[in-house]
Amino acid sequence: MTAGTAALERPAVPRPRLRLRDRFGGLVEVGFRLHAGFVYLFLFLPILVVVVFSFNGTNRNVTEWQGFSLKWYERALSDGSVQAALKNSLLIAAINAVLATAFGTMAALGLQRVRHRLRLVFDALTYISVIVPEIVIALATLILFSLFRDLANPVLATLEGGSGTPFRIGLGYWSIIAAHVLFNTSLVLLLVRARLSGMDRTLVEASYDLFATPWRTFRQITFPQLLPAIVAGFLLSFTFSFDDYVITSFVSGPGSGTLPLYIFGQTRQGVTPLTNAIAAMMLVVTLTILLAGQLFVARQGRRAGTGGASPIGLPTS
Amino acid sequence: MLPASFWYLFLLVVPLALVVVYSFGERGTLGGYTPAFTLDNYSTVFERPAPFLTSLWMSIAGTILCMLVAFPLAYFIASRAGRRKGLLIVLLVIPFWTSFLIRTIAWLLILGPRGVSGFLSDTTGLDIRLLGTPLAILIGIVYNYLPLMIFPLYVTLERLDRTLLEASKDLGAGRWATFRQVTLPIIWPGLITGSILVFIPLMGEYVVPAILGLGRVFLIGNVLQLDFLSSRDWPAGSAKAVVLIAIMLVSVSFYVWATNRGRRTRDVSVL
Repeated sequence: MTAGTAALERPAVPRPRLRLRDRFGGLVEVGFRLHAGFVYLFLFLPILVVVVFSFNGTNRNVTEWQGFSLKWYERALSDGSVQAALKNSLLIAAINAVLATAFGTMAALGLQRVRHRLRLVFDALTYISVIVPEIVIALATLILFSLFRDLANPVLATLEGGSGTPFRIGLGYWSIIAAHVLFNTSLVLLLVRARLSGMDRTLVEASYDLFATPWRTFRQITFPQLLPAIVAGFLLSFTFSFDDYVITSFVSGPGSGTLPLYIFGQTRQGVTPLTNAIAAMMLVVTLTILLAGQLFVARQGRRAGTGGASPIGLPTS
Repeated sequence: MLPASFWYLFLLVVPLALVVVYSFGERGTLGGYTPAFTLDNYSTVFERPAPFLTSLWMSIAGTILCMLVAFPLAYFIASRAGRRKGLLIVLLVIPFWTSFLIRTIAWLLILGPRGVSGFLSDTTGLDIRLLGTPLAILIGIVYNYLPLMIFPLYVTLERLDRTLLEASKDLGAGRWATFRQVTLPIIWPGLITGSILVFIPLMGEYVVPAILGLGRVFLIGNVLQLDFLSSRDWPAGSAKAVVLIAIMLVSVSFYVWATNRGRRTRDVSVL
């Protein structure tokens, strides 16, 4: 295309978006499309590989396709150690989600009325919890819990006075839950605060003008408006805990191993169709929870008429 | 409010303070920690800096690779996708919210001797093994952290006023000049946010090298894991953790300072 025709074309066709009219324009457009295609393939290939090979009827080699079979799912679900790990994972994730949501929401509400200086300290702490790599949080938590255990157990021993069944604190469920809750409280706090800052204050004022008590105002005005963020925080906390490996591996104890720990241990001897089946089931759990949350948030958004962006990151429309 | 502040205090401030205290201690006879005051743990860190250097160059390389892959895609979604924009974003989010561990393990199969490595060996006749090499780790890293780079870039590109690009073109600027003088200054904040979001977890990365590095490539995360869970030398591990936090604070602060400074001068040149 010569400069002359380009100049003639310009006033005739007003374009809403930028068209690159030089010689390589078409090539660049094709390049963009190809690149996007490759990236999406790159992102989904591993997930497809896990799911597809979990249905492999092979007995020896994972990648040697021997026909469709559900036997690895049967084997996974009937395996005692998988069942135990699954139970641990679900229990820990559920308790963590409840606690983190409660703490995070309370903190977000409390921060509204807190003095400016204290809020700065809080923001700085949130910043630290973001900038410190997860593994450092994990090992610091391990140190704290071990210290706590070493201090608490002699006290417990003297309290019992040698009689009855000895009760001792060790690393296990409670340490995993506590560490997960620390991580997720910041997450819920950020989500609920974002929602709070976008909230219509006039509704709360109107509620007070109509002689509603603070509790009633919270229940009928504030809470329904915060609900999408709270639900999103709950679900994200659940999936974080359900999928977490790094923190859990540091603070877990005997008998409290979760599914990610089990899978990691198994892959030391190489990937098997069994681990693929467990992984595929974990993917289904996580994605179901997030999609359910997404639908809920979208519906709430429509009902409230706000329609705002979903905190999970999926667009609501 | 109160429960959360206690939570922060007891599970963030106190543990990090304990790490600093432990870093001056000595290893107990059965592992763990014995109170002492020694700088030996720190001198060991500086005598054997290899894992730190590996982590540093891999994090920088990983961040740059993420930028190079993420930018054209974010640009494509923001300016070319039209009505499919929502769908394309959802498709980015789905893999991101699935288990990190599972996504990494999947690459064991793909890069393994019956996957890409096998294919390359067969076609070239050479014995190519990708697993256990830094390349495999870089692939795993880019795969896992790419969305963290795409999202902030997409958000800034979305806000990009297209009339500015038209204006630049009408004023006779070429593609490169428009990119450098109009697009880049506008997407700068997204680029910085994205690279910090990617760089921070990369410096502490432990799962990807443990799985795709087959235990042969040591990053700080792996050394920390060994110190704390295998050899149980907690003071040595604590010293490394303190050095890691110091590196993070210095590098991130420097990065923010340097990029802001660069931005100011660029603003002037645009004017």
